[in-house]
Amino acid sequence: MQRSASGFFQLWDSTLLPEQLRQTVEDPACGGYVSFEGWVRNRNDGRTVQRLEYEAFAPLALSEGERILASARERYGVVNASCAHRVGDLAIGELAVWVGVSAEHRGEAFDACRFIIDEVKHRVPVWKKEHYTDGNSGWVNCEHCAAAPSEEAAAPAHAGHDHRHP
Amino acid sequence: MTVPALNGLVLAGGHSRRMQRDKAVLTYDGRPQLARAMALLQPLVEHAFVSVRSDQRQDPARAAYETIADLTAGLGPIGGIQSALHASADRAWLVLACDLPFLDDATLHYLIAQRTPARLATAFRSSFDGKPEPLCAIYEPAARAVLDDWIARQKHCPRTWLSHADVTLLDLPNPRALDNINTADEYVATQPAPRTPRRLTVRYFAMLREQAGRSTEQLQTSAGTPLELYEELRRRHPLTLAPASLRVAVNDDFGDWRAPLVDGDTVVFLPPVAGG
Repeated sequence: MQRSASGFFQLWDSTLLPEQLRQTVEDPACGGYVSFEGWVRNRNDGRTVQRLEYEAFAPLALSEGERILASARERYGVVNASCAHRVGDLAIGELAVWVGVSAEHRGEAFDACRFIIDEVKHRVPVWKKEHYTDGNSGWVNCEHCAAAPSEEAAAPAHAGHDHRHP
Repeated sequence: MTVPALNGLVLAGGHSRRMQRDKAVLTYDGRPQLARAMALLQPLVEHAFVSVRSDQRQDPARAAYETIADLTAGLGPIGGIQSALHASADRAWLVLACDLPFLDDATLHYLIAQRTPARLATAFRSSFDGKPEPLCAIYEPAARAVLDDWIARQKHCPRTWLSHADVTLLDLPNPRALDNINTADEYVATQPAPRTPRRLTVRYFAMLREQAGRSTEQLQTSAGTPLELYEELRRRHPLTLAPASLRVAVNDDFGDWRAPLVDGDTVVFLPPVAGG
């Protein structure tokens, strides 16, 4: 497991343990705790997924994750914010990402938790490869950007596509 | 009469067919030549723009600047000049090709000082054949209608247009200032030999790792920026992701596509992320 400078953003190469992660935000000053778990789903874009592979550029993932947690604390005034992301091979149903936030009251904890998971998905250099039951595989958000060189020269229509999730 | 204010336009919409790589990002004096041309132009004009094909607007080498896309595709440089003249009716345009590596401040100051706003354009005579040089010239607002008419007659050579139009032609104070470079061999000949090579480490992740067939490599390169480095790597490996879909990291933090690289840097090109 690798930790960011503050320790609150982590990359795990083994099963995420929510009970253990929860302890990172436990705080007697807090009355509200919200957590989010992202699980590996068996379908994506109409295809049946068999397993996933996550890969991270660790030094930048940790520092960018840390920046997201810091801005969540600042924006929403929550007291503690923590996030752990898996790397390596994952089976259907496994925990891929965990976010936990504690605050004086529940409202800001809900908002901050939502903010963190959205920002993590968009900003942290982690990549996901889906392996499908039909034997194919693909890098999520990348395959549709990859064009044959000739196609690209003719129509670089992908330029500017911001890769945001729905 | 009021002298129309001067805007600037750098033409960077070509296909670089003879060079076989994008001329806008080739480096002279350690800078991509588009950046060099814009830096020469910006202090001399009210607003400086880059002329692009409509499909180049997001290209990272060009997106840093305000752009004017061609109104009509496929006309070449004359289409860029025409599009600028249509972009604002009351401005004159100082137009530069992006591949004039020997162009200097003094030449542009001279051109502006000798400008004749009452005519359609002010341009230099080529020191090579004495014909007008259309791609370091000032075009007055009145040139628009005349140029439109010329293009409507399927004529696309701006040099021939200048030869026929009511323009002021100047002799170049520095006869080499407009020498241009269109083939890769000529480009190599202008490079300081040898240009200091950098030792860089590249790390690959996800789709790029699979396409490069490796997680990391060390290389000696004369690439001066991440953008140049990526173009070089695309000649070695079948990397299908265009720079516009990537971000770049230098030494473990997000970096700039056009910032200079130094010896010992580690560079990572980041495919679109998909955490969560």
